Amino acid sequence: MDTPTAEPHPDAPDLRAQQRAACDPADPAAQTLLMRLRQGDRRSIARAITAIENETETGRAIVRAIQPDIGRARVIGITGAPGAGKSTLASALIGELLHRGHRVGVVAVDPSSPFSGGAVLGDRVRMERHTLSERVFIRSLAARGHLGGLSRAVFKVVDVLDAAGFDAILVETVGAGQSEVEITELADTRLVVCPPGLGDDVQAIKAGILEIADILVVSKADLPGADRTEIDLRFMLSNRMASGQPAIMRVSAANATGIGELADAIDASPRGRETRRATGVRERTRRFLAQETGNLVRARLLAVDNAELNALIDAVARGEIDHAQALAQAARIAAGNWA
Amino acid sequence: MIAAQRRIRVLMGKPGLCGHDRGIVLVVMALRDAGMEVIYSGRHNSPESLVEVAIQEDVDVLGVSILAGGHLALCERIARLLRERNAQDIVLLAGGFIPPEDIPKLKAFGVKEVFRDGAKLDDIVRYIEGAAAERATA
Repeated sequence: MDTPTAEPHPDAPDLRAQQRAACDPADPAAQTLLMRLRQGDRRSIARAITAIENETETGRAIVRAIQPDIGRARVIGITGAPGAGKSTLASALIGELLHRGHRVGVVAVDPSSPFSGGAVLGDRVRMERHTLSERVFIRSLAARGHLGGLSRAVFKVVDVLDAAGFDAILVETVGAGQSEVEITELADTRLVVCPPGLGDDVQAIKAGILEIADILVVSKADLPGADRTEIDLRFMLSNRMASGQPAIMRVSAANATGIGELADAIDASPRGRETRRATGVRERTRRFLAQETGNLVRARLLAVDNAELNALIDAVARGEIDHAQALAQAARIAAGNWA
Repeated sequence: MIAAQRRIRVLMGKPGLCGHDRGIVLVVMALRDAGMEVIYSGRHNSPESLVEVAIQEDVDVLGVSILAGGHLALCERIARLLRERNAQDIVLLAGGFIPPEDIPKLKAFGVKEVFRDGAKLDDIVRYIEGAAAERATA
C-alpha cells in the first residue's frame, strides 16, 4: 500500500518520534492506554474506542496523541441498501485480506433508534468466523442520531485502528438509501453493494450513492436477476459523462466466487480522486473542523433562547430579512454564545 | 463540544448448541427500547468467541441465553475465560430454562444474576441499568 507524496513519509522515524513526544497526553491513565494500544492490546483498543465515542477527556487526549501514527492503513468503505449483503461481503473480504497477510480492522455501523436512542448491532453475526483471529478486530458502532450513513465517531475510530497497526480497515455503513455518501470522504476505496432485484434501469441512472463507487459489487451473483442488475449498471456507466469509471464485479459469498478478483481490484483501484490519503491529513483536519463546527453551531442555535435569536426567527418568518443575511446573523449569535 | 451521551453497551448471545432464540430476541428488543446499544451475536457462539466479542465491543454486560441444558459447563467456562482475560468486571448474566437449584452454582462461577423463564423484561432492564451504573462509578 503506497504512501502520499505531498507529505513527509509517515514512517520517517525522527519526525514520528518528535511528533509523538509533542502529542503524548499528560494524564497517566491515557498514557497507559495509548502505550498498550500501540502494542496492539485488544482491551485497550476497545476502551480507547469507547472513550472516543463518549467524548471523554481520555478519548480526546488519545485522538490528539495518535495523530502522528495515522494515515498508513488503506480504508475500504462498504455501502449499500439494508440486506444488500454488506456484512457477508465484509466477512468474505476479511478472509481474503488475512490470506494476503494483512491485519484487518472492521468498523460496522448500524442505526440508532430515533425514539429510544438504543440500537441493535448485528453486523458481526455474519463475520463470526473471524472473531478469534489474532489479526482481526471488529467493532460495532451505533450511528447515535448521525445521518449520512456513519456515526460521528467513526473517523476517529478508524484512526485508532490505524494507529494500532491494522493496515486494512473495512468500514461498513448503515443500510444506505440513495444519498448517504459520507463514506466518500472516509474511504480510500469505496464499494457499493448492489444485489439483484432492487430496481430497474431508472434506479441505476439516479444521482447519489451509485456515483460514489470505485467498485460496484453485484452481490448474490448466484441468484437469478444478477445478470439484469449487471446489465442495468453497465448501461448506466456507458452513458456516464462524469470522470472515473468504476469497475463492476460479481461476487457470490454462497458460492465463494469473485472475492479474490475483488481484492485485486481494490489493490488496483484508481488513485487521484479524493481519497483519505490523497487528501492528506491537513485537508482532512480542515474538513473535520468544518463538520464539527457546523454541528456545534447547530446545537447552540437549537439550545439558545434569547431575545436576539427570537427576533431573528420572527423576522425570517415574516419575510423581513433575506436568508443570506439571516444566516450571517445566526452565525454571529451562535459564536457569541460560546465565546 | 456537544456532549456525547454514554450508552450502556450489552452483548447478547447464545452459547452452545441451543437454537431457541425467541426469548433472547425479545430481551434484545427490550434493551434497545430502553436506550441501550445491544450487540447481538446470534446462536451457536463458543465461550471463547463470546468473551472475545465482549472485549472488542467493550461492553458493560454479557448476557447469555441457554434453554437446552449445558448452562453449568458453558457459564463456568465463560466466567473463567473472562477472569483469564482480566475482564471479570464485565457483568455476566444468564437466562433461559435454568433449574432453581443450579442458580447458586452459577453465581459461584461468577454469574452475577440469573433470569429464568417467566422473568419480566422490565426487571431485566432495571437490573442492567443498575449494574451498569455501579460499574461506571467503580
